[in-house]
Amino acid sequence: MEERESQLPEEVAEPKGNLEEATIESQQEAKADDKEEEKHSVSSADTQPAKEDSKEIGVEKVADEQEEKQKVEEKRETKEVQTAEIKMEKAPQKAPKKIKTVPCKVMLLDGTEYSCDLEKRAKGQVLFDKVCEQLNLLEKDYFGLLLRDNSDQKNWLDSSKEIKRQIRSLPWIFTFNVKFYPPDPSQLTEDITRYFLCLQLRQDIASGRLPCSFVTHALLGSYALQAELGDYDSEEHNNHYISEFQFAPNQTKEMEDKVVELHKTHRGLTPAQADSHFLENAKRLSMYGVDLHHAKDSEGVDIMLGVCANGLLIYKDRLRINRFAWPKILKISYKRSNFYIKVRPAELEQFESTIGFKLPNHRAAKRLWKVCVEHHTFYRLISPEQPPKAKFLTLGSKFRYSGRTQAQTRQASNLIDRPAPYFERTSSKRVSRSLDGAPVGITDQSLLRDFSAATVGPTGDMVFDDEAVGQTTLKNGEGRDEDGSPTKIQQLKLTQDEKPKATSLSASYDNDLNYKAEEEEVEEDQSGLIISAASVAETIKVETGEEETQQQDLDKTQDDLLKHQASISELKRNFMESTPEPRPNEWEKRRITPLSLQTQGSLEEEITSILFSKEGFSTSMKSTFTSSTARTAEGTVVKDNVPSEMLSASPFLQLPEKLASRAEGPCTGASDADKSSHETLNVVEEKKQAEVGIEETVVIDEINRGTIQAVTDAGESRKVEHLSKKDSSSLSSDSSSSSESEDEVVGEYQPHHRAAEDIIREEQEENEDAKRMEECATKVIQSVETIQEGSKVTVNQTQVTAKALSQENAVAIKTGEKNVMEEGKQDLRAEDEEEQLRINGDVSHVDIDVVPQIICCSEPPVVKTEMVTISDATQRTEISTKEVPIVQTETKTITYESPQFDGSAGGDAGVLLSAQTITSESVSTTTTTHITKTVKGGVSETRIEKRIVITGDADIDHDQALAQAIKEAKEQHPDMSVTRVVVHKETELAEEGEE
Amino acid sequence: MAGLSSGGGSSLGRCSHAVVRALPESLREHALRIEKDKAVDFARAEREHQLYVAVLKSKLGLQVLELPADESLPDCVFVEDVAVVCEETALITRPGAPSRRKEVDAMKRALESLNLNIVEMTDETATLDGGDVLFTGREFFVGLSKRTNQRGAEILADTFKDYAVSTVPVYDSLHLKSFCSMAGPNLIAIGSTEAAQKALKTMQQMSDHRYDKLTVPDDAAANCIYLNIPGKGHVLLHRAPEEYPESAKVFEKLKDHMLIPIANTEMEKVDGLLTCCSVLINKTSEL
Repeated sequence: MEERESQLPEEVAEPKGNLEEATIESQQEAKADDKEEEKHSVSSADTQPAKEDSKEIGVEKVADEQEEKQKVEEKRETKEVQTAEIKMEKAPQKAPKKIKTVPCKVMLLDGTEYSCDLEKRAKGQVLFDKVCEQLNLLEKDYFGLLLRDNSDQKNWLDSSKEIKRQIRSLPWIFTFNVKFYPPDPSQLTEDITRYFLCLQLRQDIASGRLPCSFVTHALLGSYALQAELGDYDSEEHNNHYISEFQFAPNQTKEMEDKVVELHKTHRGLTPAQADSHFLENAKRLSMYGVDLHHAKDSEGVDIMLGVCANGLLIYKDRLRINRFAWPKILKISYKRSNFYIKVRPAELEQFESTIGFKLPNHRAAKRLWKVCVEHHTFYRLISPEQPPKAKFLTLGSKFRYSGRTQAQTRQASNLIDRPAPYFERTSSKRVSRSLDGAPVGITDQSLLRDFSAATVGPTGDMVFDDEAVGQTTLKNGEGRDEDGSPTKIQQLKLTQDEKPKATSLSASYDNDLNYKAEEEEVEEDQSGLIISAASVAETIKVETGEEETQQQDLDKTQDDLLKHQASISELKRNFMESTPEPRPNEWEKRRITPLSLQTQGSLEEEITSILFSKEGFSTSMKSTFTSSTARTAEGTVVKDNVPSEMLSASPFLQLPEKLASRAEGPCTGASDADKSSHETLNVVEEKKQAEVGIEETVVIDEINRGTIQAVTDAGESRKVEHLSKKDSSSLSSDSSSSSESEDEVVGEYQPHHRAAEDIIREEQEENEDAKRMEECATKVIQSVETIQEGSKVTVNQTQVTAKALSQENAVAIKTGEKNVMEEGKQDLRAEDEEEQLRINGDVSHVDIDVVPQIICCSEPPVVKTEMVTISDATQRTEISTKEVPIVQTETKTITYESPQFDGSAGGDAGVLLSAQTITSESVSTTTTTHITKTVKGGVSETRIEKRIVITGDADIDHDQALAQAIKEAKEQHPDMSVTRVVVHKETELAEEGEE
Repeated sequence: MAGLSSGGGSSLGRCSHAVVRALPESLREHALRIEKDKAVDFARAEREHQLYVAVLKSKLGLQVLELPADESLPDCVFVEDVAVVCEETALITRPGAPSRRKEVDAMKRALESLNLNIVEMTDETATLDGGDVLFTGREFFVGLSKRTNQRGAEILADTFKDYAVSTVPVYDSLHLKSFCSMAGPNLIAIGSTEAAQKALKTMQQMSDHRYDKLTVPDDAAANCIYLNIPGKGHVLLHRAPEEYPESAKVFEKLKDHMLIPIANTEMEKVDGLLTCCSVLINKTSEL
């Protein structure tokens, strides 16, 4: 510890130099990019530049590989900052491709289907406009398009984003629906708008989503009949005419009789009048316009959250148990699968209170949050709030409702000046039948089939962006290699800050209300390195103040108090008893616990967290696995990420290796190694192309006793390659993670969800580890500082007792490149499958799979042997290029943890402290913290490694991002040092693969 | 027209029929009550009740179904607790007090005779007293009290699907309507005690609609009966000035209402208030 501290000053100073260099480099690269972009645009207006890039890259790769070793050497020495511009080297560009279109179908409210072809990169708005045009609908702001995914949840197509980014591998089938139910339909300007609203409501009613009493079913049904059939005609309308309509989920003869009876009384009503009557009645239904979301309250009780024009409604079963009008809500936010509202203090209260709800998953939480943002904006605001400026590395979702508000749409409607459009009212038969699901389902199936035929191949491409994606990966690692003997690499990946952790999965929104993009409280809390330990407490605390507790208590009934009491004690008990096994549950419980409770309990927890954090510092880093984003042009797999794994505990070689198509990649790792005892900040800017396939960086940190040696020769790097292969496991995970980040960038939050779950578990484990660490008598503190100064690499390592071996492998796999792939395509497959599973929502699964792999890696072999060992361990995870596309599709952040495993190494425990991914529109940040404890010969060493990966679109200011990240990291963890910074830049490939 | 078309609060108080029940002599000794020490003057209680029925029948012109007393059911006069009628649907409740469960039988027959859609609360775990149900014309509030539980409220919500049903905790009183009631289409009469005010706050928070409130000094006086009788307009039956002079003054400020003071002193000793003694029904059709 002391040593570390003493070193600090130096460390602080050095990084800047590197940074500057990096900056310069990246700027250059950026320029180059621009040029390229221009070219492309010139050559073909609509073509995606990415394609061309990809090919070029391919060429370059080859070259890169050949040159790799040489470059490695050179660059190590001279360049800490590497900029690889693949594009520059490229061959002439290809001829522009024709515009790609995708068949697209929209189920309309009348049960018919609208088909069109959309440009592949079309945004949601394009389709929506087309549909509205088809429908002759002007007051369209009340409507939206729903993605058809398997869940019954409503996922709205964001009109401001590209469709393919949102729809992923699903077929392009949508449903046209009412999104914002006008509280007073009589204020709609046009009958045709009311007509569509009626159709929607009929669906809602017949499906049971909008509950009605018997009488109301009959009444609404009778208006529907009048609108469609006109006056009752005793001759034409026999007793059976009505049976073909569906008015209610459970339609009875009695109801039909009632409908007929009422229908007779509507004589003379025009269709438009009948619609109006229909709406006047429907709008009074208590669930009219209420968008329901499943959730659990603070005590784990199933409830429903209903978002409506006036605010947020809380239901338990069918009972309304609470209601928060928009004006009463100060802020809405979500974090992981929790959804929070901060409520204005009641009359006699002084403090705001925050109320938390537990959603089924992160995705649901985000969906709910978005719906709230949209509803609040639409109904309460005059004009939409501008999305937060894309300031550098803004954390959290920047999502804002971008459409017109109700006020605006009303204004616009007033300007509608056209004769009432003629429209044909479709028979409700079709509608109602389709509601039952059967017909619709069938249709869908066929649709699906069609689509699958059309799109299966390109699955990947839908997911990926054509746009060039710039990826910035900051790796701070310190690599030391002892040839053949243990090497220690500390990798610090710095992201912007700790905030990300909280932020990554959270977003808030405020306005008149507060939609918070970031949970500041959380951020603060997490400023500690030891996030993991604290995380339990912190997360729970989120925005709760202690006051809140009191305040809430005031409102609470005695029963509630008792419950609180109970849960608090449970909290404490859990905390005290916390054992590895139950952790997840505990975690759950805690999260579920009412905030107020949490607050009360937090005292204890906080203390604990502090302890943890200290431990954490003293701890050595275990394994960190981070993956950044991968973006691929269509069909191809691009992994931008550099997932790094750090395995500790075993005396390993630290083989920093990066097999990238470029020579540079490897260089980075190598350079680090070379400058053992120096910390290196490597900024590598690479432009990758989809063809490159997978680029993986595996970092293994091991603690070794002995000195640190640098690995300088090519031979070493070679070995590294092997290692990397064997680390294929990481690859798979990488891909997933990368895709996740991509998703983030894209605005798909699904991945988050998965990540979130993983994180949760991991955090739990972290806690455990922390405790374990306490027990260890000896702790080794390692601080790694990376300073990047031109050619000079300085590694400051304070390693007190231990042996640390770190290994960093960066492997870039190119498509068609066999050296990397040799070993296991099958494995990759397996990985893919696993990924799939995860996607399905089984997170634990993933972890299980992953853990073993890590463990294997962490075994302490001899340097050269090590590689072998690693490979054995990881053998099953191998990457095949062909599989890549699939991998790409999956997005995931995987964290490896080898917590309890008692491998051959014995006593090696690596814990992932935390992993967080923060996404904003353009930037995704993933932070992974690993704690590794190694016990050897009675000496235990703990390492903490934190890796931060920032991924973002091309338009990110890399330099700024980097600088910021480093700065923040420094501030947060003065004890840690930046060991490595890597910047990757990737350009997306065109859609060659697809076709 | 049936259904919601008459909703929105404007239909509140519309009433064509009322169901009442005579009080058994067993009420004097055996009717449930919170405060045990008050002796009921049965004769006076009967007189008050007869006046009450007379107002409904003669003064307001309602068709009143008078059910006979059942000596085995000391509380049977409080018909409100055994049925909740809204529009054409009647929910036969499962009263929270076991001794009162059989009261529903006579009520069910009476309501069937009116051709209402009858829904019975058969769930053995559910309890609901009509005294805990406040219908505002726009929505229901259900007091969760010693007599009414969550399940009972859920069944009510299932029965009246058109309406929001919000729950309100009730602690110090027997029923939700022990301290409040509707005094007009958009007007909630509310008592002044802390518990009453707190319940009102809860209701206000739960509702999308803003109600006016009429605060009266006495909780018991806040239980009144609002009717909207064709030809008579707003009618309010409230407690007599002799009983609650201060509260009566407040009611007297309601200029638009036809005010009818009714004494209810004896019944109140067994926790009976004005609304407790009748079930009001608005039959719009005679199917």
